Amino acid sequence: MIKWLGGVGNEEDVVVSTRLRLARNMANYKFPELMTEEEAELVTNQILNTMRDNANPYRFYRIKDLSDIEKNVFVEEHLISPNLSERIMNGSFLISSDEKSTIMINEEDHIRIQVLLPGLDFEKGWEISSEIDDLLEGEIEYAFHEQFGYLTACPTNAGTGLRASAMLHLPCLSMTGHINSIIEGLTKIGLTARGLYGEGSKVSGYLFQISNQTTLGEREEDIIKKINKVVVQIVSRERSTRAYMLDKKHTEIEDKVFRSLGILNYSRIISSAEAMNHLSNIKLGCDLGLIDNMDPKEILSLMMDIQPASIQKSTNTIMTEEERDIYRAQVIRNNLINMEV
Amino acid sequence: MLCQICGKNDATVHFTKIINGNVEEMHLCSSCAKENKDIEFAFDFPFSFQKLFTGLIDSVQDKGLQEKDISCQCGLTYKEFLESGKFGCAKCYDTFTGDMDSLLKGIHGHNRHEGKIPAGTKDKIIQKKAIDSLKSELEKSIKVEDFERAAYLRDEIKKLREKTRDI
Repeated sequence: MIKWLGGVGNEEDVVVSTRLRLARNMANYKFPELMTEEEAELVTNQILNTMRDNANPYRFYRIKDLSDIEKNVFVEEHLISPNLSERIMNGSFLISSDEKSTIMINEEDHIRIQVLLPGLDFEKGWEISSEIDDLLEGEIEYAFHEQFGYLTACPTNAGTGLRASAMLHLPCLSMTGHINSIIEGLTKIGLTARGLYGEGSKVSGYLFQISNQTTLGEREEDIIKKINKVVVQIVSRERSTRAYMLDKKHTEIEDKVFRSLGILNYSRIISSAEAMNHLSNIKLGCDLGLIDNMDPKEILSLMMDIQPASIQKSTNTIMTEEERDIYRAQVIRNNLINMEV
Repeated sequence: MLCQICGKNDATVHFTKIINGNVEEMHLCSSCAKENKDIEFAFDFPFSFQKLFTGLIDSVQDKGLQEKDISCQCGLTYKEFLESGKFGCAKCYDTFTGDMDSLLKGIHGHNRHEGKIPAGTKDKIIQKKAIDSLKSELEKSIKVEDFERAAYLRDEIKKLREKTRDI
């Protein structure tokens, strides 16, 4: 199973994960876009030196040392951003042993701290990310402005540099179309909904990322409180819609879930997009109690394991799209059989 | 729908060509559309969010900075900033600052940071605020010709300044 999904989280029937990201820059260095290789190396070394004595061991990777498949697996598992994986010259990252914390180096900003937790837990996420932040700040002078706060390459991140997001599984709000009015409402209160892999990515498997849009002018605790309140409301609306559908449209829901199970159990060729939709239906079936011999977390983990790069990693060979689709169908069949308890 | 040229990516650009009554429909992905000579008007791929917010900068100031060809010590010019919407270094916030307040207010609805402050900087900011308040007190004392008090305040400011330098 994907490591960071480990442990018990809150509201896991709807909330897949909570993520906090802090953008920081070092004073006296150009931002990554303009810096030379030598400067990038100095920045990297300072961060490494600071983290070296940390009680929790971190693994260190340079983007240039990773194969295309390897770096895309990190992206597909949400451990690094797609943007970092493209920083071939100067990008690198540190990752904690439980894979819940990542420090990305020389992405758009010198430092991007990410904390990823299963279920809903913004408070703990903020606590962990702020601790890492304090640790770095002990040794590193940050670019900080009295009025504008933490300075970032993009002014849309300035201030707190905090992006807090929750990944939600909203199949019933999507099926009923209620999701559209929710997304519309979110933008009115400074929040935004995105697809599975963040900015610019498509919604897949009814998974939505809800995050704050603005970072300046509100305290971190207030940003987190606001988004938490909204997420709790969406969770309760998704649950009530699920209950309603289970009551009024029981056979239709059952049909959807078991049809997906049938397809995944017997298909021989399947694209990641199609597989995501069926796995999403199966997760819903688990959460509704229609399927009682599978762990919904294993399904979530499988959703990431069947992405294009992750599929190729297990065999360590580069495959064509067709080969991937065939192998994916096989991986899903095997996993579903093994999953049954 | 897949792109008609590469057949790999989703078609996101759809256009209809009518020449002498012959209607031809094209469905292309953004990268093939960029290379297609039939589409001569400049596409902005993808829709630039950055341009949307750099558009928030006051146009009078914008013209001034552009005409003067202002650039920051990191080498970034004002024009480049408007194109990319990204700063080159922390100093850019001061270099292009003329209307930073309204740019940030336009993006965030606020232009003053609330929340976490790096511990080292926190002390500096507190000292700076203390110095500012002593300075305004000093001015008042001079106005009312209370020179004894003014001398005392001047020494206090000097002391605080030295202390700040040590942080």
